[in-house]
Amino acid sequence: MKLLSDIGKYLLLMKEVFVKPDKVRLFFRQMLVEFQNLGTDSLGIVIIISVFVGAVVALQTAYNIDSPLIPLTMVGFTTRQSIILEFSPTMISLVLAGKVGSRIASEIGTMRVTEQIDALEVMGINPANFLIQPKVFAAVIINPILITLSIGFALFGGWMGCVLTGSVTSNDYITGLQFWFEPFTITYALIKTSVFAFIITSVSGFHGYQTKGGALEVGNASTKAVVYSSILIIISNLILTQLLLA
Amino acid sequence: MIRAQEIYKSFGDHLVLNNVTVEFHKGKTNLIIGQSGSGKTVLMKCLVGLYGIDQGEILYDARVFSKMTFRQKRTIRKEIGMLFQGGALFDYMTVEENIMFPLTMFSDMTLQKRKERADFCLRRVNLENANKLMPSELSGGMTKRVAIARAISLNPAYLFCDEPNSGLDPQTANVIDNLISEITREFEITTIINTHDMNSVVEIGDNIAFIYEGQLWWEGDKHQILNTDNKEINEFVFASELTRKLK
Repeated sequence: MKLLSDIGKYLLLMKEVFVKPDKVRLFFRQMLVEFQNLGTDSLGIVIIISVFVGAVVALQTAYNIDSPLIPLTMVGFTTRQSIILEFSPTMISLVLAGKVGSRIASEIGTMRVTEQIDALEVMGINPANFLIQPKVFAAVIINPILITLSIGFALFGGWMGCVLTGSVTSNDYITGLQFWFEPFTITYALIKTSVFAFIITSVSGFHGYQTKGGALEVGNASTKAVVYSSILIIISNLILTQLLLA
Repeated sequence: MIRAQEIYKSFGDHLVLNNVTVEFHKGKTNLIIGQSGSGKTVLMKCLVGLYGIDQGEILYDARVFSKMTFRQKRTIRKEIGMLFQGGALFDYMTVEENIMFPLTMFSDMTLQKRKERADFCLRRVNLENANKLMPSELSGGMTKRVAIARAISLNPAYLFCDEPNSGLDPQTANVIDNLISEITREFEITTIINTHDMNSVVEIGDNIAFIYEGQLWWEGDKHQILNTDNKEINEFVFASELTRKLK
């Protein structure tokens, strides 16, 4: 019953969020700020995780290929497929759910408990629209860029891992990367990323917006935002994979 | 003038406001006083539309606010300034940006004009040169003064102040009280202050509404409140040893 009530509240909030902004110019200015808060500020962690996980995926693939019938170029191919199809869009989105989701929920939750949202409402501003909409649009635009960079850095990490350990030659790895490339896999990754970005920002915004009480409740809202975003990402990952790749 | 007409408000089974009819006058500091939990904050939140009411009417100069849709209420909300208990300044904006925010949202003023208006409002609350400070850099009294500056930036017809003195030392509290009172007279604003600070009552209470157990129990001014024989009022006003001795 609580779940149904929460879904209802979420949908009602989204109805308030997705209306024309009061001041379009201010909306775009706020969206630029969110590009930095949600996007460029996450670049560091995305690059570090991508490079190291890319290297690990390549090395694990190389160590698991012990049949002489399978060419070592398969390491590059397998790494590319793993990174594009699953690691970058899903795993990095889960990392962003933790980083960005908790930030959004605690920011909006704090604004709620310190009456800043009431202040907006008294001024005649739609707070849900003013606070959540720029974040959703910014994330839906910037996250695919982050994921594209993540793919690039993870493939570079894989190359570095292979070359530095000597398990696969640079030539074999790069040949594998180019082997049987299906451009739709990139489209699939970016569609997933955009959906995940929407989930992260809207669900976190919802939990922040519903906060009542004080510091403890802001903490709870932040935790709920990460947990629910992560669960929804995993579920929608399965649904999108079936819809787009089946 | 703002009038609450026979309003009722409950949360679940708990009746918080019980048939409250009260009028707040233009150009005067109207105080809502009462013990903690008496319903005064709920009354104020109902008046500004943060809580819906169960029954009754709220009128802003004959305009029935409580029956309006969200969009219709916006017209009146642009005429409202509100000072929240904690200031409710936007953390990520400077003092100047906070004051300019209502102007940015609801006026066609140029940036230069908005800055000039922010400067005027800051001068009015005696906070010149605080433009570039962040809310985290302000003291309690400064926060309240910036919040007042933001509340008056759009030349409001109605000013609501929720516990403007809470957390302030008596001297600063007095400065804030006098500032609100001066602004009310200067700009002919209908000001409603929610307080349980007896000093404010005696200093600036032009029109006082005493809320007791969700009902309007007593109405009068700062002179009448000290001489009334109403038992509940006397228990509230002369609650401390000091005020009893002074009486």
